Amino acid sequence: MLSIPASCASVVQGLGPKSGIGMPLLNVPFASAASVATGIAEAFKQLGVKGRAVVWAGDGGTADIGFAAVSAAAERNSDVLYVMYDNEAYMNTGIQRSSETPKYAWTTTTPAYAGGKKEQKKDVALIMLAHGAPYVATANIAYPQDLYRKLKRAAEIEGFKFIHLFAPCPPGWSFDPSLTVEVARKAVETGYWILWEYDDGVFKLNPPSTIYADKSKRRPLKEYLKLQGRFAHLTDEQIAELEKEIDKRWDTVLKLAKAFGK
Amino acid sequence: MGLELIPISRPAPGSGGLTGTWRTLKPLVDLAKCIDCGICWLYCPEAVIDWEKGKKISIDYAYCKGCGICAHECPVKAIEMAPEET
Repeated sequence: MLSIPASCASVVQGLGPKSGIGMPLLNVPFASAASVATGIAEAFKQLGVKGRAVVWAGDGGTADIGFAAVSAAAERNSDVLYVMYDNEAYMNTGIQRSSETPKYAWTTTTPAYAGGKKEQKKDVALIMLAHGAPYVATANIAYPQDLYRKLKRAAEIEGFKFIHLFAPCPPGWSFDPSLTVEVARKAVETGYWILWEYDDGVFKLNPPSTIYADKSKRRPLKEYLKLQGRFAHLTDEQIAELEKEIDKRWDTVLKLAKAFGK
Repeated sequence: MGLELIPISRPAPGSGGLTGTWRTLKPLVDLAKCIDCGICWLYCPEAVIDWEKGKKISIDYAYCKGCGICAHECPVKAIEMAPEET
């Protein structure tokens, strides 16, 4: 049973009582998805129904508006598989910035003439890791086999599972829809997005990100940024600054892989 | 059961209508060029491409929105995006 809070997914699913998604679903208020899913998981247990409680929520509904509920569900270790698809802004309401919007990106509330967004992106996956959730992973729509494996693995585990899924938005990021997979792939190849998973106390990088742990193997960040209109106003200095921030993110992830590797 | 009192949406085809009518560009497949790899099937966000190894692909134009991801990802350029006739 899927819970979907207000998000692009509540549009994509089609008109109720039908749904274009291959499992029964409930549309729930913005902040409540993790709590509703907890209730569904408990009801399944009580009624002896064989089923899984899954949440499919955006970055706004997870990292901002729904964050207290997500944190509480993780703390309770509710038997929920939570997927946050991250398109880095409030897209279906008209591209307003979220805490997942990256620094300097244009949105309608962080205009280019004012320099784009001032704050940096919140690393929700690492925050969920700090909750002690039994399974946390990042994923990317350009690598569906990796996502499929992670969903299957997460479904085997009892407790709170969190997958942070990178999902480019053509109108919100200003690029042609045919480039959606290309943009997502470039995010990994430039090191902007890192594929990793934390499973049963072990933290590890997943391919192809394993290759990009070596900085010299990464493509220049510009190749990712130049595909998108939302970064068109960036100066070379700002791009260099973003590259440094990516290095810092890698540093953290590699330290975790070293500390919690097998 | 109590669960039936909740407004649950259930899977059904065409829950958003015939979304193929939104299309401005139409993917045309050259099956002679197609190498049967299934990459377009894997990446199609609407799941409107049918693929069975050995039988190559077919596209369900009733729901294809013409995003062009299949044409862009095809490794042998066997899919071309052509303007939809109005």
